[in-house]
This record gives sequence, C-alpha cells and structure tokens, in this order.
Amino acid sequence: MNHLPENLKYALSHEWAHVEDDNVVRVGITDFAQEQLGDLVFIELPELGRKITAQEQCAVVESVKTASDLFSPVSGEIVAVNSTLEDEPEQVNENPYGAWIFCVKTTDLSGLDKLMDADAYQLVIDQ
Amino acid sequence: MLKQTPLCDLHLKLGAKMVPFAGYQMPVHYGQGIIHEHLHCRSHAGFFDISHMGQCLILGDNAASELEQLTPSDITGLNMGAQKYTVLTNNEGGIIDDIIITRVEAGLMIIVNAACKDKDFSWLKNRLFGRCTFKDLPDQALLALQGPAAASVMAKFSKEAAGLLFMQSCATTINGLACSISRSGYTGEDGFEISVANQDAEQLAGWLLAEEDVEAVGLGARDTLRLEAGLCLYGHELNEAITPVEAGLQWLFKKGHKHFPGADKILQQLQHGPEKIRTGLLVESKIPVREGSVVVNNDDQALGIVTSGSFSPSLGKPVAMALLERNAASLGNTLYALVRERKIPVTVTKLPFIPHRYLR
Repeated sequence: MNHLPENLKYALSHEWAHVEDDNVVRVGITDFAQEQLGDLVFIELPELGRKITAQEQCAVVESVKTASDLFSPVSGEIVAVNSTLEDEPEQVNENPYGAWIFCVKTTDLSGLDKLMDADAYQLVIDQ
Repeated sequence: MLKQTPLCDLHLKLGAKMVPFAGYQMPVHYGQGIIHEHLHCRSHAGFFDISHMGQCLILGDNAASELEQLTPSDITGLNMGAQKYTVLTNNEGGIIDDIIITRVEAGLMIIVNAACKDKDFSWLKNRLFGRCTFKDLPDQALLALQGPAAASVMAKFSKEAAGLLFMQSCATTINGLACSISRSGYTGEDGFEISVANQDAEQLAGWLLAEEDVEAVGLGARDTLRLEAGLCLYGHELNEAITPVEAGLQWLFKKGHKHFPGADKILQQLQHGPEKIRTGLLVESKIPVREGSVVVNNDDQALGIVTSGSFSPSLGKPVAMALLERNAASLGNTLYALVRERKIPVTVTKLPFIPHRYLR
C-alpha cells in the first residue's frame, strides 16, 4: 500500500489540497484518482483570475476513456495554473502529488475543514 | 451477477483492472494503461479475450440461402472457410447487430456482439424455425491475436492458420487443442481470431502470451484500436434506427439482393443517398470530443452527433466518428463539436484514420 502524504488534505471527489503561505491552496488529484482514470490525455485548466466558490467545478481531467470534473475545495481566486500540463498531462499519472493543477488564493480557509486527513481518506479509498 | 469468461482468473493474475461490460466482468487494461497496450498492438502483437461475444451455428443444407434472407449480403456465395462481415437488419431497415458469418463444414458459424447475443439468437431462432437448426455454442471461448507480429507468432503454432488470407478460416489444432481460426479482427491490423473450447482457453492463452511479441490488451485499447481503424461499434455507430447505408456499410451488400428485412428503405437510400451518413472527424484541438457531442456549422446549426470519440494513441490527438447530414459530410469540411459549451473545430475526414494492414 502506498502511503498518502500526511501534509495534504483530501476531498471526497479525490482532489488533494496543500495550504501554502498567504492563504494560497494548491490543488491536484490523488494517486487513487489518476489510477482510476488511467492515461490522462488532456487537462482543462481554469482561467487565471477566475473567482470561484468552494465546491465549484473549475477544471476537467480527461483520460482516454472519460472526462472528469475537478472542484475547488475553497472559495477564492485562481492565482496560478500548472500550464506544463497542457502539453504533458501524463505528469499527473507519473507524479500525482507533484503535478499540481491550480492554486486558489482564499480569504476563508474554513472550507478546508470539510476535507479529510490522510487517514480518513485512506478509509474512503479502501472501501 | 456478472458473468465471467473462461479467462477471468488469468486476467486477474495478469493484473487486469476489471470492469462490467455487456453483463460480463472484463479487463479494461492490464496495469500499463490503454495507450501502452494500444501502441504495443500496433507495433508488435496484442492478445485479446473476446469470449463474451456470442457464437452459434446454423445447420442444414439451406443454411446459407435462409440466412441470406436476413442480411443484405452474399452468403450463398461463400466458399468453404470464407467469412463475411454483415448486418442483421430489422423490418424498418435498422441494424439489429453486426455479425461475422463463416462457412464451415456443418453449415454457418456466426459471431455476434455480447450485448446483442440474446436478441440475435432469438431473432435467428424465430426466423429460421422449421428451416434450419440453430445451435448455440456457449462452451466455446474466443481469443484474438492482432498486430504486425501476429502472423509470425501464429506460424509457430499453426502453419495452416498462418497461411490464411483475410476473412478466411480453417478448422485445425494447436498442440492438440481443436480450434477454428480465422484471419480477421477488430483493430485494423493483420491478425487472427481463435474459437477454442472453454476448458482449453487458458492453456492456449498461456502459450500465446509466452511469446515475446505478445502482450495482453484490454477492452479500453480494443475500443481505441477499432476507432482508429474506422470500424463500427454496435450501440454507437450502429443501432436499430441506423441503416447500413447511413453507417457506410453498402460495400457489404450483394448486388441485386432485394429479399431481406427493411430492403425497401435500405435500397431506396442506396439509390438516392441517405440523409445522414457516418463520417470521420479529425479534432483540431487537444480537447477530446466524445460520444453524444453535437456537431454544428459556423452558424450554430446542428448537423449531427458524435457516435464515438477518443484520444488516438497512434496519432497523438483526438479523433471521432459522427453521424452527419450528408451535405455537411464532404471531406475537408470544417465543422465544430460542442464540448462543455465550446465549439471545438473538427475536419471531416475519410476513414480509417490509420490504414488497415489486412493480408489480402
């Protein structure tokens, strides 16, 4: 069994979130999610500067077989996107916790309280 | 409760990710992913378990003439061992299923889609009742070996099979196991399909997989391989409301044949042209265009719908097939597929996307 990084928070919709300085939250998808999706061939990144609310759909990851929505764990503004994924979406398959997808600057970190820690998320994916 | 093929244990041993498909538990890929398996089949050889497909025999001297009344194709003209890809049509000219008919010693062998097995078999039994004998073959597995290395691999097991041409078959043995082998497949590559007793399937699969060039390929890559080859998938390009002319399958018609279900409508379309037609679409974007996506022109007028769409591992970009209004389906025409309310440019292109490599 692969150990989930302890420094991340996890959503039921299989995103991970990492809290950085200045209330910036970095978001990607979990190893479990990339494995379920299979080979990724396209990632639709959110627009820089877009204002989003928590649980809003803001990106799409597409594998050979299917398209899957990504949701922001917090409300705020998109302040960075990982544009290297436009040409190399497979980075997410190879290194899901390194290949982040977008960053949200938030004024309200409380949305993160709804996320799980590694142990709780492990129970979800073990089911 | 999902049914299993005789190779279910083998799939699990090989690390397959199993998914439900047409009532069966089937491998979607074996861990290295769809793209790897797809490219391996195009460059070497892929092994496929297609035992979920239905197999049956139509017995009787008149089997060919009777079956010819149920399809638009020449069945009576099939030589011993020869195969024909065709469709069963309904009375409205729609397609009940696409099937492969092989002339064998006992009569005709038919291979049908897994999801259509029950309806096809009852259609055939009803239509042929009192005329021919219908025999289901639930104890036969079906394996496929596809790719440029398939012939050299097959030559090690059966010289007779390796000597077949495309759409020919033979009854033979591999190391003592009785097999019916045809030079056919669903990838656009040269290759073989092997009908073998359920109890022998795992042994035969093991021999083929032990060959250096051969890797197991799941249903995921089977779908992208057939899409690149421009081949129809029942339930997508074909269904009970789509005629064989609309599906672009008039090449399988027997000239002058008028006595099959739905012939009036189908032959009229053949003469005057159908209103809609199956086409290939090259996607001029990285965004995959998928089944159900509406195809529009510059003026946002809806012209048809995408029937299959995916990333093409061989081309490194998305491709799709669509059912389009015929006057919009001219080659080179630029249209748009709607994806998440965006207009993705697509170019109408001839099929297949990847040239077939059949041995004719």
